[in-house]
Amino acid sequence: MAAQVLDVGFHVLAVDDSLVDRKLIERLLKTSAYQVTVVDSGIKALEFLGLLDEEKEISGSNHQQVVEVNLIITDYSMPGMTGYDLLRKVKESSYLKDIPVVIMSSENIPSRINRCLEEGADDFFLKPVKQSDVNKLIPLVPNSFTGKPIKNHEQQQIFSSSTCKRKQHTDEYLSPTLRRKRYNQIFS
Amino acid sequence: MDVIIQLQRQLSDYTNSLYREGFLDDQFKQLQQLQDESNPDFVVEVVYLFFEDSERLISELAKTLSQQPMDFKKMDAHVHQLKGSSSSIGAQRVQKVCIAFRNYCEEQNIDGCLKCLQLLRNEYTLVKNRLETMFKMEKQVLGAGGSIPLN
Repeated sequence: MAAQVLDVGFHVLAVDDSLVDRKLIERLLKTSAYQVTVVDSGIKALEFLGLLDEEKEISGSNHQQVVEVNLIITDYSMPGMTGYDLLRKVKESSYLKDIPVVIMSSENIPSRINRCLEEGADDFFLKPVKQSDVNKLIPLVPNSFTGKPIKNHEQQQIFSSSTCKRKQHTDEYLSPTLRRKRYNQIFS
Repeated sequence: MDVIIQLQRQLSDYTNSLYREGFLDDQFKQLQQLQDESNPDFVVEVVYLFFEDSERLISELAKTLSQQPMDFKKMDAHVHQLKGSSSSIGAQRVQKVCIAFRNYCEEQNIDGCLKCLQLLRNEYTLVKNRLETMFKMEKQVLGAGGSIPLN
């Protein structure tokens, strides 16, 4: 049985152990018309990303719908697996490492921020998260997601492999620009 | 029509007082901006989640403070959570008490922690009452056929 193809638009996976913050980030992301999935822990995020099953062969019989994740936004301080741990797991994964990851934290600790950026995080949001923060994600959304429906052959490409695969992005990414802006904010 | 304007003015004045007295800060405005026709109850929903969360955490804190030996790390974790959620909805006075509370946890100052728990209870009750009053006033405006002015 082939994987079900889901045209979900730009899909963001949000991770936060706080009930209030989950509600807030979900609404903020939805105002930008993103498809949003919210989970309450790093483990659940890995589960959703299929990373916990990386070793297993996903056969047709026990295979669930494969949904592509285009961006991960995660809280830093979470019990068990922190946002930093999750970031590392994603960046260490051969098929997930290209997914941009944004870290959120209520604490403005430069060494923490630097550590995350060095580990490959694309941006760092100070809580409480606002609309202006979410607007900064726009450069991370490639043109293919802005309005145009995904063409059939592109859909085939996404789901032909058995794992969540991220399409390669062009220089439109601008992540180095985002990082540089953050550094300036911290040290100015 | 006059009734609506009167109710709206009362609501505006009341809301402004909440900002003036430090109960709410700008983050609350962020919440209001996220409310629209497709999400007409967003603010109330988030605020009630905050109430739930706060009551749970305050009760956990009371429990932790009554245990011997005192687990300051656990207390700090609870306060950190409460600080986070209060900050996310703009409950400024609650957030400020949490900041002081965390300092006392770090210093392992039992007296300070006990005082902060009491302060926390007070501030939480105050902001809960204020917000519930504000929501009642909003309902009155809507019931009279008016709309809620954005401050």
